[in-house]
Amino acid sequence: MRRVLLIVLLWLGATGVAGAQTPTDDPVATDPPSVSDALADLKSRDFDVKGRAIETIARSGHEQAEALLQALLDRKLVHDRAHDRIVLGEQADGGWALTDPLTGESLGQVDARAARPVIINNRLRERIRNLQAVAALSNANPLARREAAQRLVGTTDPTMLRALRERQAEESNPLVNGAIDTALNIALLRDPGSDLHTRLAAIDAVAGSLEPAVKNVLRDRATQTDAAAERNAAEKALKAIDARAARYETADTIFFGLSLGSVLLLAAIGLAITFGVMGVINMAHGELIMLGAYTTYVVQQVFPQGHEWSLLIAIPAAFLVSALVGIVIERCVIRFLYGRPLETLLATFGVSLILQQAVRLIFSPLNRSVVTPDWMSGALQINPVFSLTYNRLYIIFFALAVFLTLLTVLKKTRLGLQVRAVSQNRITARAMGIRSERVNALTFGLGSGIAGIAGVALAQLTNVGPNLGQAYIIDSFMVVVFGGVGNLWGTLTAAFGLGIANKFIEPLAGAVLAKIMVLVFIILFIQRKPRGLFPQRGRAAEDS
Amino acid sequence: MRHSDFKTALTDHAAKLFLGVLFGAVIIVALLNLLVPADSALHVSSYTVTLLGKYLCYALLALALDLVWGYCGILSLGHGAFFALGGYAMGMYLMRQIGDRGVYGNPELPDFMVFLNWDQLPWYWHGFDHFGFALLMVGLVPGVLAFVFGWLAFRSRVTGVYLSIITQALTYALMLAFFRNELGFGGNNGLTDFKDLLGFSLQADGTRVALLLASALALGGAFVLCRWITGTRLGRTVMAVRDAESRARFLGYRTEHYKLWVFTLSAVLAGIAGALYVPQVGIINPGEFSPLNSIELVVWVAVGGRATLYGAVIGAILVNYAKTVFTGVMPEAWLFALGGLFVAVTVFLPQGLVGLARNLARKKKQPDQEAHHEPA
Repeated sequence: MRRVLLIVLLWLGATGVAGAQTPTDDPVATDPPSVSDALADLKSRDFDVKGRAIETIARSGHEQAEALLQALLDRKLVHDRAHDRIVLGEQADGGWALTDPLTGESLGQVDARAARPVIINNRLRERIRNLQAVAALSNANPLARREAAQRLVGTTDPTMLRALRERQAEESNPLVNGAIDTALNIALLRDPGSDLHTRLAAIDAVAGSLEPAVKNVLRDRATQTDAAAERNAAEKALKAIDARAARYETADTIFFGLSLGSVLLLAAIGLAITFGVMGVINMAHGELIMLGAYTTYVVQQVFPQGHEWSLLIAIPAAFLVSALVGIVIERCVIRFLYGRPLETLLATFGVSLILQQAVRLIFSPLNRSVVTPDWMSGALQINPVFSLTYNRLYIIFFALAVFLTLLTVLKKTRLGLQVRAVSQNRITARAMGIRSERVNALTFGLGSGIAGIAGVALAQLTNVGPNLGQAYIIDSFMVVVFGGVGNLWGTLTAAFGLGIANKFIEPLAGAVLAKIMVLVFIILFIQRKPRGLFPQRGRAAEDS
Repeated sequence: MRHSDFKTALTDHAAKLFLGVLFGAVIIVALLNLLVPADSALHVSSYTVTLLGKYLCYALLALALDLVWGYCGILSLGHGAFFALGGYAMGMYLMRQIGDRGVYGNPELPDFMVFLNWDQLPWYWHGFDHFGFALLMVGLVPGVLAFVFGWLAFRSRVTGVYLSIITQALTYALMLAFFRNELGFGGNNGLTDFKDLLGFSLQADGTRVALLLASALALGGAFVLCRWITGTRLGRTVMAVRDAESRARFLGYRTEHYKLWVFTLSAVLAGIAGALYVPQVGIINPGEFSPLNSIELVVWVAVGGRATLYGAVIGAILVNYAKTVFTGVMPEAWLFALGGLFVAVTVFLPQGLVGLARNLARKKKQPDQEAHHEPA
């Protein structure tokens, strides 16, 4: 980024954007001495003198100009008192490591009190940022140009506006042009000398923008103007902006709903197999999720440097750990209890207590936190009011990927065929030569392993603690029962439906009340349709 | 089949034995607490009296669950909610009895309402100054909730696992609701700092013994009531619903009415248990609604043995005694023990301790007969 800016500055100097400077300036604008003079001016206590020096540096086209401005912002341009000069200083070993600002050669180490950073105020800081933005307007990357133009939205400085106009003449990217137009139109509306027609046209042009600056200027115009036409236009534009912002807020709510839905889906999908396909009420499902989350934590502890990629190891590891524990539970407890769902409920609840307590003993009852990789932090900014956070975005895709994989396994593989055969009619399946015992163990392992994968995802969103699983078990059951037991698509619909419903009620009623309302809704829904949204039909459904 | 056999042979004898042991033990403990001086080796401390009272409340709750689970086949995972609601009704009465002795000294409002800057009592708190009204609510609130919930659920034939899960959702939703300060039940902290009941200090030994006796009376009364109900024609029909609901329905019985009746009665009994529990432990908070409590309750009944009534009582007392011992000696091990108990009982002892004792007795009597006609 910085190197690009540098090139741009050089290019600016070469193509004569530097012509924007005042005629009284030294004709040889790229001459290094003017930069040294300007640097010397920075010693002044007068902020106006400093301001002029900053302008000079920015216009100089000197190869170090951009670095100097950035250093000024970062408080790394210091006044070396011993030699009474301005140099670059890096804080080191309780003192300053000094370098020459123009040549970059080292000037040795001085005491902390021998140098003092050049002080600038907020006005100057703003000025430097705008100068940087002007430079960035010619960046080769359209996104950087758009960002620079957005940065200049709201400015009324004629120099900046001139730079914007010059850029507008050459710009071909519609996004960048949109941002430049917004900036220029706002400046026009702020300009007391502009006439009514141009202002009306400007209001019309900015009406679709969601920038806060646009809203401010329109509100000002609506209250300050004498012309009824302009007031009406401004008010209409404000309404249009509000309507547009409201639409994006809805989109935002839906995104959060989808994100919650994908978490529910991940948590419930393993249960959909053990409960839906095998008829086992696995109350230890939440603890299998917890084991997955702890596996993520352990993998990160094993690779302390590798938190960027250790997730890729954690996913299969969590699957294996939870699947193995699941198979052990199936072999030791559940296989004695097939056909008696209420007993499986009690026994697996006991297992869940044991697993929780074991984790508490091994990892302590305190919460552990998992480092989120850099590529999962941050957000995709769509416009000023709407952005998608990457971790939630990834989890939505991850949940869908897990869902589709599971669907493929059940529909297309031999194991899937056997699982479905055993779940439909155990005796006939055995007569066909399917080893139902083995299929049971593998199915339970599959459902448990997916719970482990859900744990990896949840570890990115919440703290990892012994109670992690408990928080999700009731929700997971709700999703499975609401969607219709034994129907994976029903589980998908229910998870996203409940997630979105929850997020729409939340702003109206608060998070807890929203959850209560969703629970009550499901309780009432089950009364109307006891077998969920998409009930299983046929004989198999009758004897459960 | 088995039940009628057992009744003719054992009913009156077992009931007498049960009531005799219950009241005998309670009266001995009461006398040892009140009459024997504190430094004597035979003295029973007030702590033990309260502990025993607590166990009896749990036993009553377990009895209530056994009535619906053992005899009617409805595995409710939300019975803790009815218990807690009864407890809150009693707690509200006790809160009103504090009067101006609270921390803020406000004669009109309980402390937590003063703390939340409320200026008047919410409408649903009115009437709880009167003990009679509170007692009515102890039965009425859980009863009405169970009636409405059961009416909706049984009418649409929600059964088995689905019913268990929505009862669990019910208690979970109530827990979340009671955690909210806005609901007006003290939020997170619940109701506590109780001073006295009907003018008697809750700290006094006499009051504690009286509460123990009241718990024993309630348990004994509920036991006789349940025993009587399960022996009547109604009880027989309820068991028929448990064993083959479709068949009972085809024979012309409105099965949902029978289930609703038993479910509501059971909820009222659970509410009474909660009401007796609260003055003895001195606090009621939303934690009582937690789904974990309701499931733990199921294991008490399972350990003792379903569909025997006294099994539930034995199970509740044994498991809670074990809990007291474990949490005192090695607290980390308690959840392992409880978890292991869940697994062991469901896998090895489907009829609980009572079933085990019966099988042993039967094998002794008729060594050739296999004991394998248990209800699912």
